[in-house]
Amino acid sequence: MSVSPKTIKRVLKPAFFMLLSLPALLLALQWARALTGDPDHGLTANPIEFTNRYLGDWALRWIVVTLAITPLSVILGSNLPIHFRRMAGLFVFTYAALHLSSYIVLDQFFDWREIWGDIVKRNFITVGMVAFAMLLPLAVTSTNRMIRRLGARRWRLLHRLVYAIGPLVAFHYLMMVKGNQLEPKLWAAGIALLLVFRLLRWMQMRTRARAQTA
Amino acid sequence: MLIKNRKSWELSGRDATPQALYQDRRTILKGMGLAGLAGIAASLHPLARRAALAVGSGLTYADGGHGTDEEKTPYRDVTGYNNYYEFGTGKLDPARYAGAMTTEPWSVKVEGEVENPGTYAVEDLVDFSKLIERVYRLRCVEAWSMVIPWIGVPLKDIITRLGPTSRAKFVQFETLARPSEMRGLSRRVLDWPYKEGLRIDEAMNPLTLMAVGLYGEVLPNQNGAPMRLVVPWKYGFKSIKSIVAIRFVEKQPTTAWLRSAPREYGFYSNVNPDVDHPRWSQRRERRIGEFLKRKTLMFNGYAEEVAHLYAGMDLKKNF
Repeated sequence: MSVSPKTIKRVLKPAFFMLLSLPALLLALQWARALTGDPDHGLTANPIEFTNRYLGDWALRWIVVTLAITPLSVILGSNLPIHFRRMAGLFVFTYAALHLSSYIVLDQFFDWREIWGDIVKRNFITVGMVAFAMLLPLAVTSTNRMIRRLGARRWRLLHRLVYAIGPLVAFHYLMMVKGNQLEPKLWAAGIALLLVFRLLRWMQMRTRARAQTA
Repeated sequence: MLIKNRKSWELSGRDATPQALYQDRRTILKGMGLAGLAGIAASLHPLARRAALAVGSGLTYADGGHGTDEEKTPYRDVTGYNNYYEFGTGKLDPARYAGAMTTEPWSVKVEGEVENPGTYAVEDLVDFSKLIERVYRLRCVEAWSMVIPWIGVPLKDIITRLGPTSRAKFVQFETLARPSEMRGLSRRVLDWPYKEGLRIDEAMNPLTLMAVGLYGEVLPNQNGAPMRLVVPWKYGFKSIKSIVAIRFVEKQPTTAWLRSAPREYGFYSNVNPDVDHPRWSQRRERRIGEFLKRKTLMFNGYAEEVAHLYAGMDLKKNF
C-alpha cells in the first residue's frame, strides 16, 4: 500500500478526525434540538442518562479502535494504520473526558460529596476513575515535544498503560449493567483478543530473539 | 353499615381534574388516533353505575383518588421510556418491539393455596365496571422516577374473590414468556419467565393496584398490557407486567431479580433512601423531565399507608 505522506496529512487524517468527531457532533445536534423545544430529539425521556451512556459507549468504541491499529498494521504488513493511532487515542481521551464531565455536571451537578462517595463506594465508578486517571498522562505526553523530552524508550513504556486501561474500561462496563447482558461481554472479549494478539506476538519475537542469540 | 375511611392519598370530588383539562387531554389523544377506542370500550361496559365517572380515551373509570398532585410525567415519556427486558435491555426497545405481543386472547392461571383456582380471562379477574384512576409516583431502582395516572382495580378486590386459603402467605406472579413475540427472550438476561412476589398483606394493601390502563386508555404493550401490578412503595421492577400466572403459596417465592443478583435485589425491595443499591446510591432520584435530582422518600412517599407492614423489621437486612 503506497499512500503519499501528503495524502495522509491532507486527506486521510482530516477524514479520520471527522469520523471520530461525528458521534459527538450528532449528540450536540440532538441537544440543540432538545433545548430549542423540539420534542423529537433523540435523547430519550432521560437525556442526562442517555448522554452519559452514549459518551461512555463511544469512548469504549474508540479504545477498541485504538487498540486494533497495531494488530491491523501487523496483519496488513503496512505502516499506514499507525499514522492514525495517536489521533484515535486522543479521541478516546476526549470522549472519556466528556463522559466524566457529563457525570459530574449533568448527573451529579457538582455534588462533590456524592461524587466522592461514588468513587470510594461504587466499584464500577472507582474502576472508571482509575482508567481516566491513567488516560491523563497519555494525553498530556502525546505531543512530539513530549516524546522528545521523555525519550522514546520511556515514552513507550509509559504508553503501555493503555494495555491496563483497555481491561479497566471493559470491567467498568461489565460491572455497571443489570442482569446478564451480552454487549459488555462482547466488548470485553474484543479488548481481550487485541491484547492476546500482542502477547502472542511478543512471545513469538522473544523465542525468535533467543534462537538468534543461542 | 359501610363506613368509608378516607385515606390521605384519596382526594375528594372537588379535587378532581377540571373538565376543561380532560377535554384538552382528549383532544391530544384524539390526535394520536386513539379516540375510537373510547367508543368501543364504552359500548363494552355500558353499565358503569358510579356517579363520578370520567370517560377517558379507551376506558371508563371513576376518579379513585389521587396518590399525588405532583405533575404527571407526559404520556409519551411514560410509554416511550421503559424497562421491559423481554423486549430488549434498551429503554426504547419496549416501545419499539412490544407491538409484536398478542394480548388477545389472554389467560391467567390461578394456582396454589386458593379456593377458586383455574384459568381466567382478564375480564374475569378485573371488574371493568369498577375501574379507578390512581396517580402514583413510580420509582425505578435505577434512580429515576415518574408520576403516572394508572387505571385499574385494587389487587385486594381480585384476591378476595379468588379466596386464598389460610396457608396462602405469599403471592407469586409471572410474566408472559413467548419467544416468538418477545425478542429479548432469546438472551438469558434473566431467568425467564420473569417472576415477582408479594407478602399476602402487601398484596392486600389498598394501595396495591392491578392496572389495565394509564392516562385513561388501555395499557400499551410496553407498559405491561393487558394487566400489570402497580406497587407504588416498591422499586418499579416489583410491579410485574403482562401477568399470566398468579400463585398463592406458603413460602416466600423466588423472584427474577433475586435469582439474578441476590446481593443487589431483595424480596421486599421497598423504596428506601437509606439502603443503597450496592452499585449506586438510592438517596436521590431524577424525576423524568427535571434536571436536578430530588430526594427519594421513604417508601416512595407512601410511609403512612404501608410502614406498618414492616413494623419491627430490619429494613437494612430485609431490603
